Amino acid sequence: MVEHIEASNDVTVTLPRITERIPTVVVDDAHVIYRVHKGASGGTSPVAALRRIASRASAPNIREVHAVKGVSFTAYRGEAVGLIGSNGSGKSTLLRAIAGLLPVNRGAVYTQGQPSLLGVNAALLNDLSGERNVTLGCLAMGMHPDDVQRLTPEIIEFSGINQRGDFASLPMRTYSSGMSARLRFSIAAAKKHDVLLIDEALATGDKGFRKRSEQRVRELRESAGTVFLVSHQLSSVRDTCERTIWLESGELRMDGPTDEVLRAYEDFSNGK
Amino acid sequence: MANTALADPDAGLSQAQLAARHGLRVAGERPSLAEYTRRLWAYRHFIAAYSNAKLVASFSNARLGQLWQVLTPLTNAAVYYLIFGLVLKQNSIPNFIAYLTAGLFIFNFTQTAVQNGTQSITGNLGLIRALHFPRACLPLAVMLTQFQQLLASLVVLVGIVLVTGEPLTVEWLLLVPVVLLQALFNAGLTMAVARLGAKVADLKQVMPFLLRTWMYGSGVLYNVALFEENLPGWATRLVEANPMLVYIELARHALLEGAPLLNSSMPQLWAYAVGWAVVMGVGGFIYFWRGEQEYGRG
Repeated sequence: MVEHIEASNDVTVTLPRITERIPTVVVDDAHVIYRVHKGASGGTSPVAALRRIASRASAPNIREVHAVKGVSFTAYRGEAVGLIGSNGSGKSTLLRAIAGLLPVNRGAVYTQGQPSLLGVNAALLNDLSGERNVTLGCLAMGMHPDDVQRLTPEIIEFSGINQRGDFASLPMRTYSSGMSARLRFSIAAAKKHDVLLIDEALATGDKGFRKRSEQRVRELRESAGTVFLVSHQLSSVRDTCERTIWLESGELRMDGPTDEVLRAYEDFSNGK
Repeated sequence: MANTALADPDAGLSQAQLAARHGLRVAGERPSLAEYTRRLWAYRHFIAAYSNAKLVASFSNARLGQLWQVLTPLTNAAVYYLIFGLVLKQNSIPNFIAYLTAGLFIFNFTQTAVQNGTQSITGNLGLIRALHFPRACLPLAVMLTQFQQLLASLVVLVGIVLVTGEPLTVEWLLLVPVVLLQALFNAGLTMAVARLGAKVADLKQVMPFLLRTWMYGSGVLYNVALFEENLPGWATRLVEANPMLVYIELARHALLEGAPLLNSSMPQLWAYAVGWAVVMGVGGFIYFWRGEQEYGRG
């Protein structure tokens, strides 16, 4: 049996007709509780802070949020899974738990390889030129320097930041927010990831770029990866994902084919 | 292969069994120390590129650019020479300006590495939350940036030493192992403070005071013989074990002919130098690795 699995693992990459589904992400009853700082409220004076340090009490302005409550599902190789739900339903938190950036408090998340979270919040070095950021980003993803050199022009071309003059050699702090989001997406999409997690990234950028990035997500899926897409733009979920998971207040509300789930979700949000 | 489509072998397995059957790993799991070291080695190109990028970025807004790499240590030396050499008239030490700059540049390597290392995790949260790489890359890159800075300073130092009439001897070659041992020591120390700084943000405010105290305890600005004259015997022995004093004394001994030394036993100095480098290098690395899962969370 074991030999058989290894053999099929090798051929699925080249022969799509092998139908055994290989799980890439297994989420088993995951609970995520994180602590948020409520910001300046009572007791933030230096004296109060010193007293807390002396008495080893925790700060009063921290509240626990139970963001994901017992979610279970399995995602397979070659799938694109959309994650939808209203604001604060735990979509981004779940994504970060899959990426291994937030610990689960109960349950477990198992992944194949190292999932990469691709969010619009991911900041690179703003003082450096776009081109240098591409090099650094690629090296940080573990690419070989030769590959980085070969891919850099392609990545800059794909991001389209040079459409309005030579922006690639300017520091990233001079970029518009759309431009830097596009560059970040292009860097992360340059590598074949086993599991790629996209947090609202497709919503940024102009129409032309959105088209290109949807095309790229399709290519990534074909190269045997799994893609998770968090978005409020139901149209982009409909275009890229055939399976959708609907989260509501941290619980899994529905998991199935995109059309069905989106219909139920739209009914739900209209009925509210 | 024919039977793959007929029966799903995964049917009836629990989620955990399914994951185990296909060899999936727990997300964000900390790798073993050997595996971590291997990954870190695979990321050496990133460390080099990142430390270079930081060096370039730090001068990117200055009109004189990279020239500041040499100008900063020169101005520093000039200021201290003005006060301790000309105003306070230190004359117990032959060639005081070379004695001072040697200590200053060697200490500055550790000082800046520690200062920047404290913020190497907290200052890069964006990068940490976006991409997966061994986090030890960040403090190591800080150390490497400062190492390049030190090399520029050493060029200035060699110039000062030669201009002030010191002979060029074979002993100068000893500077190479001294600097390398100090780099290893700093690598460990930077990783240690990086983890501490990630946990306790207040460390950043305290660091300048700790470092200044350390500087006065390392005999950078005055004659090291003062320790022996003013401290009881056991305290002097304690100061002799101070790693920064050890590296500074070794550097001075390598470059200068008549520099006063607190500990004139060379084997003992070298033993301290190697011991500190190994203990701090390995200890700091293990301490940093143990916190690998904590960085960038919350």
